[in-house]
Amino acid sequence: MRQINCECGHVNPEGTVLCESCGKPVEGNQHIDGNEGEQLLNMRYDGTARRSQTYNRTVVDKVWNFFSSVKVGVWLIVTTVIASAVGTIFPQEMYIPPNVDPATHYQDQFGLLGQIYYQLGFHNLFTSWWYMILLAMIGISIIIASIDRFFPLYKILKKQKPKRHETFMKKQRVFGRTESEDVDIERFKQNLKKQRFKIFEQDGHLLAEKNRFARWGPYVNHIGLIVFLIGALLRFVPALYIDEFVWVREGETAVISGTEGKYYIENKDFILETYDENDERFQDAIQNQGAPIPKNFQTDAVIYERVDDIVPGKEPELEVLKEASAKMNQPIKFEEFALYQASYQLNEFSEMTFKIHDKEDEDTNYGEFTVDLTDPKTEYELGNGYNVVIENYYPEYEMNDGRPVSVSKFPKNPAFVFNLYPPGESEPETSFLGIGANIDASGDNQYKLGLVNFDVRDVTGLTVKKDYTLPIIALGGAIFMIGVIQGMYWNHRRIWLQPKENGVWIAGHTNKNWFALRRDIGKAVEGTRIEEPVDQFEMKS
Amino acid sequence: MVDMLTISSNLLYASFFLYLIATFFFGGTIRDREKGSSQMAGNIGIVITIIGFLSQAGYFFTRWSASGHAPVSNLFEYTTFFGMMLVLAFIVLYFIYHVNWLGLFALPVALLLIAFASMFPTELSPLVPSLQSHWLYIHVTTASLGQGILSVSFVAGLIFLIRQVDQTNKSKHTSWLEFVLYVLVATIAFIIISTTFSAMEYEATFQAPVNGQEAEITYELPAIVGPASGELLSTEAMSPLFSAPEWMKGQDAAKKLNTFLWSIFGGVALYGLLRLLLRKRIAASIQPMLKRVNPELVDEVAYRAVAIGFPIFTLGALIFAMIWAQQAWDRFWGWDPKEVWALITFFFYAAYLHLRLSRGWQGTKSAWLAVGGFGIIMFNLIVVNLVISGLHSYA
Ligand code: HEM
Repeated sequence: MRQINCECGHVNPEGTVLCESCGKPVEGNQHIDGNEGEQLLNMRYDGTARRSQTYNRTVVDKVWNFFSSVKVGVWLIVTTVIASAVGTIFPQEMYIPPNVDPATHYQDQFGLLGQIYYQLGFHNLFTSWWYMILLAMIGISIIIASIDRFFPLYKILKKQKPKRHETFMKKQRVFGRTESEDVDIERFKQNLKKQRFKIFEQDGHLLAEKNRFARWGPYVNHIGLIVFLIGALLRFVPALYIDEFVWVREGETAVISGTEGKYYIENKDFILETYDENDERFQDAIQNQGAPIPKNFQTDAVIYERVDDIVPGKEPELEVLKEASAKMNQPIKFEEFALYQASYQLNEFSEMTFKIHDKEDEDTNYGEFTVDLTDPKTEYELGNGYNVVIENYYPEYEMNDGRPVSVSKFPKNPAFVFNLYPPGESEPETSFLGIGANIDASGDNQYKLGLVNFDVRDVTGLTVKKDYTLPIIALGGAIFMIGVIQGMYWNHRRIWLQPKENGVWIAGHTNKNWFALRRDIGKAVEGTRIEEPVDQFEMKS
Repeated sequence: MVDMLTISSNLLYASFFLYLIATFFFGGTIRDREKGSSQMAGNIGIVITIIGFLSQAGYFFTRWSASGHAPVSNLFEYTTFFGMMLVLAFIVLYFIYHVNWLGLFALPVALLLIAFASMFPTELSPLVPSLQSHWLYIHVTTASLGQGILSVSFVAGLIFLIRQVDQTNKSKHTSWLEFVLYVLVATIAFIIISTTFSAMEYEATFQAPVNGQEAEITYELPAIVGPASGELLSTEAMSPLFSAPEWMKGQDAAKKLNTFLWSIFGGVALYGLLRLLLRKRIAASIQPMLKRVNPELVDEVAYRAVAIGFPIFTLGALIFAMIWAQQAWDRFWGWDPKEVWALITFFFYAAYLHLRLSRGWQGTKSAWLAVGGFGIIMFNLIVVNLVISGLHSYA
C-alpha cells in the first residue's frame, strides 16, 4: 500500500485527500473529493481515504463502489418510490373481493389499463420478486455505504489535531483573519466553553468542537433500518410467524387454527353495537351515511387449553385458560398467540322447524320436525307414520339457470328438497323449500311443508397471530428513531483558531446549518476583539 | 353539547381571521425600509399568530369534548389540524431564525388549508370500531405535525424560487413556478365557487345507476359533467354539458370530477384575471418584495424544516401508524394506498436528505424538491382520500 507523508510528519494511507493530522490538501488527490479549481475544500468526510474512492480494479471493488455511491442509493430509492406509486393506481389483489377472478376483475372494473396492469403483474407489486430485490438492494447499499464511510470518519475525527495547515484554514467555508495585537484568546475560550464546546490545544492552536456524536446519527439510523429489514425477512420463517383464521359460531367451541390442536375457543356471544341514531351529536352524520354506523364488534370468548395427549378422534379434555373479549383494537392475548376480531357473520340460521299440513289448509298439523342446519339428518321420523327425507340441502342457495345451487357451506340462506312419505306410502311427495320459496315439484302434492320456527346465531371470525418478529421490528424502528434524532437535532460543529504573528485566523465547519454555526462564532468572539469571520460560500443558483 | 360545538366553530373562525391579520403585519415588515418599525411589525405579527394558534387549539379541544373523540377523524377535521400544525411549525422556525418573510407565505398557505377543509362536511361523525384507539390520535397528530413542519420547507422553497428564478426570460423554471402558483389560485377558486353556490343553496339532483342500482346523487355545484346515464331530476338546475364516462362507477365519482373541473376552470379564470391586472407573471410581481431576503438563509430554513420534520413524520406516519395497525388489523403493514403514500413521502424526503449531502443540490434544486415533497403530502391527503381511498378513507 502506498503511503503519503505529509510535511507535518504524519503518514497518511493511500487515497487520503486532506492530511489526517493537519488537513493540508494532498497533491494529486484533490480530484477524489472534487476539490480542484474549487475555492473551498469538500469537508464531507474530512478528506479521509475511503475504500470506494481509492480502489477500482477488481470486481469486488466495482461492486463495493457501486453500492457505496449515494447517487446509486438515491436512484434505488427513487425507483422504489415510482414503483410504489404505480402499486396504488389500482387496488392490489389482496384488496379486491375475495370471490372474483382477478384475471377478469381488473379488466371489468378498470378497462384496458386494468388489464395491462394485471398482465404486468402490478396487482401483486409489493410481493413481486423485483420489488423485493429493490428493497434488498437498498439494504445492501445502506450497509456498504455506511461501512465505507463510518470507519474512516471515526478514525479521522479521533486523529485530527488542533494545529492545521494554512491552506486548510483558508479554504474553509467560514474563515476570517484578524490583525490586531491584543486579541483576548482566554475570553474566546471561555465563550466557547459557555456554549458547550470542547477545547483542544496544541502550541497555541485551538480546536473547539461540539456534538461529534451527531455524526454517528446516520450510521445508527442505517443500522436500525437493517434490523427492521431483517425482522421483516424473518417472517418468512414459519416457526416465527403464524397468520391463521378461525370462524366460531355462537355457543360452539372450535379448535384454534395454527396452535396444533392445543388451544380451543368458545364463542359465548358475538355483539355488534351501532351508534344510536337519536344521539344528537352524530345525527347528521348518521343520516348522511344512510345506514347505521357500527360502534363495537366484540366476541365474548373462553379460551381452553387441551390438557390430554392429542390423539386424533379422541374427545379433547379442555381446561379453561382465560375468559376474555376480543374487540377491534383489543385482541385477546394468551401464551404467544393473539386473537383479533376480524370478521363476523350475523344471523346465520342454526335451526329450522317445519310442520306438515294440508296443501289447502294451513291450520292442519300432521307433525313437526327440527333441522339442525350445521348437522342435518337425512331422515326425520315424525312418529305418526310420516317420514321426511332430506333429498338435497343447500346452505346458501341461489338459482343458477333455474336450478338451485349452494354458493357456500354456511347456512345463510338455506333451502331443501324434501321427500315426504305419508303413512303407508312408498312414493314420496317432493317439494323444494327455501326462504320465500315453496315449490311443489309434481304439482299434485297433497301435503305441504311450512316453516314454523327458526333460530339464528352470529358467527365471529378471528385472526390468529403468533409473531416473534415483532420485537426485532420494533427494535429496528427504535434504533432508527434514535439515529435520525441524533443526526438531525444536533449538528457537529468545529471552530479552529490559529495564532499569527499579528493576530489570529479562525475557521469554522459544520455538517449542517451554517447560520447557526455563525451565530455560535458570533457569540464566541464577543469581547475578544477577534473579527467575525465571513461565509465564503456563494450559492451558485 | 351543541353549545360547545358553536364555541368551537367560533374559535376556528377567530383563528382564521387572526392568521389573516398576522399575514398583513408580516407583509408590512417586507415593505418597510426602516429596521425598527419593521421589527415592530414582525413582533406584532408573531404575537397575533400565537393568539390565533391558541384560538385554534381552543377549537380543537372544545370540539374534542363535544364529540368525545379527538377531532382528526374526517377530512375536514384532519385538514384543519394540518393547517394548525403548519402554523405551529412556522412559529417554531420563526423562533429559530427570526425571519418575517416566512410568515408572509406560511400563514396564507395555512389559511388556504383551513378554508379548503371547511368545504368538506363539518358535522361530527362517530368513530367506527377500528378507529377507537388512543393510537389513532397519537398517530394522526404526530404524522400531521411532521407534515406541517415538512410543509414549511415547501413554503421556504417557494420563497426561494420566487426570489431566485430569473424572471427576465421565460424558462422551464418560470413555467413550473407559475404552475405551482396556479394550483394555489385554483384552490382559492374552488373555495370561492363552493362557498358561493352553497350560500345560494344550489342543488341539482340526478338519478343514475350506481353499482348497478338506481340512486339519487345531489350536486352542490351546477353540473358541467353529469353522472353516466344520469337523469336530471331538479327542474331549475342547469343540465350537464356532457356525461361522465361509464367506467366512473362510484357513488360520487362524477360529482367529484365536476368539482374538479369547476376548480380548474375557476382557477384559469382567476389566474387569467390576475395576469391581466399584473401584466406579468405572478412570481415576477412578487419577486421585488423579496429582494432583501437572503437566499442562503431561505435555503437553510427550508432544509432545517426537513431536518426537524423528517424524524417526527417518520415517528407519526410510519412507526405509530404501524403500532396502531398492528392492534386494529392484526398487521402492522398492509400496503394499502394510504400507507404506501406515507412510505413514498418517507422515501422522498430520505432521498432529499441524501441529495443534500452532495454538492450542487443546495438552492434551486432542493427548493424544487421541497415543492415536490409538499405535492406528495397533498396527494396523500386529497387524492388518496377522495379518489384512491383504501382502509383509511376518512371521507
Ligand atoms: C430509505 C432508506 C434510507 C434512509 C431512511 C436513510 C436515512 C438517512 C439519514 C436520515 C441520513 C442523515 C442525513 C443527514 O444528516 O443529512 C443519512 C445519511 C446517509 N445515508 Fe442514508 N438512508 C437510507 C438509505 C441509504 C442508502 C441506500 C444509502 C446508500 C448509498 C445511504 C447512504 C447514506 C450516507 C452515505 C449518508 C451520510 C452519512 C454521513 O453524513 O456521515 N442511505 N441516511
